[in-house]
Amino acid sequence: MGKYIKFFLVGILFGIVLVKSEAVSWYRIFEMFKFQSFHMYGIIGTAILTGVVLLQVSKLKNIKTIEGSELNVPLKDRSFTRYILGGTIFGLGWALCGACPGPMYILLGTGAFSILIVIAAALLGTFVYGIFKNKLPH
Amino acid sequence: MDYILQPWPWYVSGPLIAIVMYLLLYFGRTFGMSSNLRTLCAIGGAGKHSDFFKFDWKSQRWNLIVVLGAIVGGFIAYFLLSNPINIDLNQNTVKDLDALGFENAGQSLLPPELFSWDNVLSLKGLLILIIGGFLVGFGTRYAGGCTSGHAITGLSSLQIPSFIAVIGFFLGGLIMIHLIYPILF
Repeated sequence: MGKYIKFFLVGILFGIVLVKSEAVSWYRIFEMFKFQSFHMYGIIGTAILTGVVLLQVSKLKNIKTIEGSELNVPLKDRSFTRYILGGTIFGLGWALCGACPGPMYILLGTGAFSILIVIAAALLGTFVYGIFKNKLPH
Repeated sequence: MDYILQPWPWYVSGPLIAIVMYLLLYFGRTFGMSSNLRTLCAIGGAGKHSDFFKFDWKSQRWNLIVVLGAIVGGFIAYFLLSNPINIDLNQNTVKDLDALGFENAGQSLLPPELFSWDNVLSLKGLLILIIGGFLVGFGTRYAGGCTSGHAITGLSSLQIPSFIAVIGFFLGGLIMIHLIYPILF
């Protein structure tokens, strides 16, 4: 149990930030895809910028994980097809229900229980992908 | 305290999300929310139907704990750390939404026109949530990640595959909002 508490705390921080930034709001996602506000671009942009700096600094300082191993991000497989096709399918769903996987869970905490239907459908989508994985172009 | 209760500006929220990502890397893990969907499928016995779900899901327990924390964090932020929700949307967004039939845009996190039980239990409302969720679940696994795995982690580590995936995210989102919404609503 003790080794999991830090993950629980990071999760709490994540949930609080996404609600307080309004990134869990369907309206903010709509507004983003309409290019009518800088808000979401500011969030994603500064997150990436900060992320780049944190990762570069820890590479330079040779910072290790708490388990003593190299701190690095696993590399994604090289491909084009799966990323553009999968990404577009994801984007269609993201804009339709206004929630990506993180916010889906977080919205549950705000008492929006109808999001359970979206979560159930996302599980089904993941399951169907698993079934047809070998037949899809990657 | 008032600063906490107000909505947090993007330049505070963005760096905090990067810190979440970095903490998970520092703990020897990676930031990826959609992986939990695969884990939950595996727990539910999906391994009987596809090898894709045959893996040691217990090694992913830490990520489910992150999800549990995120739900609690959502509760804390919404019920304890917020003034009544009043999202400062662009007035053009509010007008556009009104024209589509979404009234009082920004007075809540989610539009009652889609997420209130009355609408959820109508055929159209139910289909929208089911199709939206399905596409997210299918697409994210096909693309090998979602906003957290590709847009935040992948782009922070300057990976081309994540850049392609994020282009896809926006391509899909723009098609949905600009071409499909006018038909749907």
